[in-house]
Amino acid sequence: MGSGSSLAADVSMNTILSPEDQVKYMDPGVIRTVLATTKTVAIVGLSPKPERPSYFVGSYLQSEGYRVIPVNPRATEIFGEKAYPDLLSIPFPVDMVDVFRQPEECVEIAKQAVQIGAKTLWLQLRVVNLEAAQIATDGGLKVIMDRCVKIEHGRYSGSLHWVGMNTEIISARRGQRYF
Amino acid sequence: MSVIEVKVPLMTQQKRKFGFETRMLHAGHIPDPVTGARAAPIYQTTSYVFEDTDKAAQLFELKQYGNIYTRINNPTTAIFEERVASLENATGAVATASGMAAQFATMMTLLEPGDEIVSSSHLYGGTKTQFTHTFKKLGVTAHFVDPTDLEAWDKAWTPKVKAFYGETIGNPQGSILDIEAVAAIAHRRGVPLIVDSTFATPYLCRPMDWGADIVVHSATKFIGGHGSSIAGVVVDSGKFDFSTYPTIAAPDPAYHDLRFYETFGHYGFLMKTRAVTLRDTGAALSPFNAFLLIQGLETLSVRMDRHVQNALAVAKFLKAHPKVAWVAYAGLEDSPYHALAQKYTPRGPGAVFTFSLKSSNARLAGKQFIESLHVFSHLANIGDVRSLVIHPASTTHQQLSEEELIEAGIDAGMIRLSIGLETTEDLLWDLDQALQQTSA
Ligand SMILES: Cc1ncc(COP(=O)(O)O)c(C=O)c1O
Repeated sequence: MGSGSSLAADVSMNTILSPEDQVKYMDPGVIRTVLATTKTVAIVGLSPKPERPSYFVGSYLQSEGYRVIPVNPRATEIFGEKAYPDLLSIPFPVDMVDVFRQPEECVEIAKQAVQIGAKTLWLQLRVVNLEAAQIATDGGLKVIMDRCVKIEHGRYSGSLHWVGMNTEIISARRGQRYF
Repeated sequence: MSVIEVKVPLMTQQKRKFGFETRMLHAGHIPDPVTGARAAPIYQTTSYVFEDTDKAAQLFELKQYGNIYTRINNPTTAIFEERVASLENATGAVATASGMAAQFATMMTLLEPGDEIVSSSHLYGGTKTQFTHTFKKLGVTAHFVDPTDLEAWDKAWTPKVKAFYGETIGNPQGSILDIEAVAAIAHRRGVPLIVDSTFATPYLCRPMDWGADIVVHSATKFIGGHGSSIAGVVVDSGKFDFSTYPTIAAPDPAYHDLRFYETFGHYGFLMKTRAVTLRDTGAALSPFNAFLLIQGLETLSVRMDRHVQNALAVAKFLKAHPKVAWVAYAGLEDSPYHALAQKYTPRGPGAVFTFSLKSSNARLAGKQFIESLHVFSHLANIGDVRSLVIHPASTTHQQLSEEELIEAGIDAGMIRLSIGLETTEDLLWDLDQALQQTSA
C-alpha cells in the first residue's frame, strides 16, 4: 500500500462544512495518508449491535486489516476486541480516534485524543465540532471531519465504485489503491 | 459554436473540478491495473468468486462494498452507473433493465400500499399507464396535475402523498417542468421530487442542480443513443432528508431489519434500491447493454448539440410550411414554454416534438405523410441517432374514436418526430416531399 500517484480530482460532495473547513478537514491527501499509515483505530461510541452504523464501520475496518479498539463504557467486548470505557483507559498507543458520538461530546474526546498521543482525530459524517477540531490540530493531530472512514476507505480502495456511487475520482492512469 | 478557449493549467493545481465532457469519458472508469485496457471491459458474468467465507458473509450483510451477483451489481454496469451519477452531479446511481424498471424500482423502494403520489399529467403514455393501473394493484394512487399549474401540485397533496413526479420535457406537449418551483412545493410538503429526464439527458438539463432529489432515465433513448439497447437508471442527489421517511428510515424486514437511512446516510435510498428492490424485482441491466450505453455516453454532448441544432432547423421549417397547422417545440420563440426552456435547457429543449398536419381528413393525411417519408424511420421509439416518426392516431391510438382522441389530448393529424443526426437539408427535403403528398 503505497501512497500511489497524486490525484487531481476534486472530492467534495455530501458535506455540511464550509469551503474553508473542507480544505482543512476533508483533504484527500490527508485522508489517503491516514488510511495508509494507521494501524490501530479506537472507535468511540462503537456499538455491540451488528445493525448499527458504528458496527458496520468497525467490522469493515477490522476485515480490512486494521486493529479496531472499541471505546464504549457499556460494552465489554466487541468482535473479539476488549472494550474500554474511555480513551484514557487504553493501555497501549492508538493511531487514530474515530468518533461516533454527538458533536457536543467531541471537545472532551479531542482532549483525550491529544492526551493519549493519537496521530489522527476522525469525526464521522455530520459529527461536526470546530472547537474539538482546533484542540486536536493544536495538539499536533491530523483532523478529518464530516467524512465516513468506511466510505473514504471504499473510495480510495476502489470498492465504493462497485455499488454505483460517485467516487468523484477521475484518472486515466492504471487503476490502483490510492493509499 | 463557441471558440475553444485554452487555459494553461497550473501544474500544482490540486482538486480540479473536471468538466462535463471529461467526465463523460472518464468518470467511473479507471483503467484496469492488470491489463491496462482503455475501453470499458465487458464483465459478462453472473457471479463473483468470494475471497473467503468471512468476506462473503460481510458482502451479504452489506458490511463490505463488492460484487455478489449480477442481478445486484456488475463491474461493467458500475462504470455506467458512476458515470451517469457524475454527469447528473449526483451521489450515485442504480442501473435497471429499462426506463420503466427504473421508475418502478424507485417507487417500489419509496412507497407502501396506501401511499399516493402527485404526478404531472404530461407524461410518456407508458408511465401514465404504469402509475394508473399497475400501481393501483399495489395499493398506490396517483393524482395527475397539469404541471404548468403550480397551485395544482400543492392542491393535490394529501398526507398520504410520498413523492412528486414529472418529466423535464413533457410528452407530447413539449412542456418544460418548472423544476425549481415544483421542488420547492415538494420540499415544503416533506416529499422528494422525482424527475424523468429522458428527453433532456444530463447534457441539456441537470434537474438536481434545480432541487430535484431523484432523477430517472430511459437510457434506451439519447443516453444509449443508437437505438440498440433497452435500459434505465435511477440517480439520487443524496440531498433529500430521509431520516423520517418511513420506507428508508424504518427497520426493513426484507433486510434483517436494517435501517437504510441510519446505516448508509445519504446512500440509504440507493443502497435499498439495489439491495432490496433490484434483488427482489430482478430487472437488472445486462453487462453487454451497459457497455453499449457507456459507448453512447462517451459522445453524448457532441450528439446532443447536433440533435438540438437539427431539431430547431426542422421545427422552424415546419412552422413556416403551408401544410402544417402547428408545431409544439419549446425551442421556438412563440412556444408558451420558451421562457422555461431558456432557463432549464439553455442549449436546446431536446430533439423530440410534435406537429400537426393541416387537412380536412387528418387521419388519412397522417397515413399518407408517414408512408411517403424516405429518411425518417417509422417506429415506436425516440432518441436514436437516426430520425424517427410516428403518427399516434394511426398506430398507438388507432382504436380510439375522434372524440376519444380529443379526450386523450391527441389531434388526429398530430405527428411526433425524434430528430436524428442526418444532414439537415436531407431531413427538410424528406419532410417537404412527404408533406406535398398529403391531401389537403
Ligand atoms: C420519457 C420516457 N420515460 C420512460 C420511458 C420508458 O423507457 P423504456 O422504454 O426504456 O422502458 C420512455 C420510453 O418510451 C420515455 O419516453
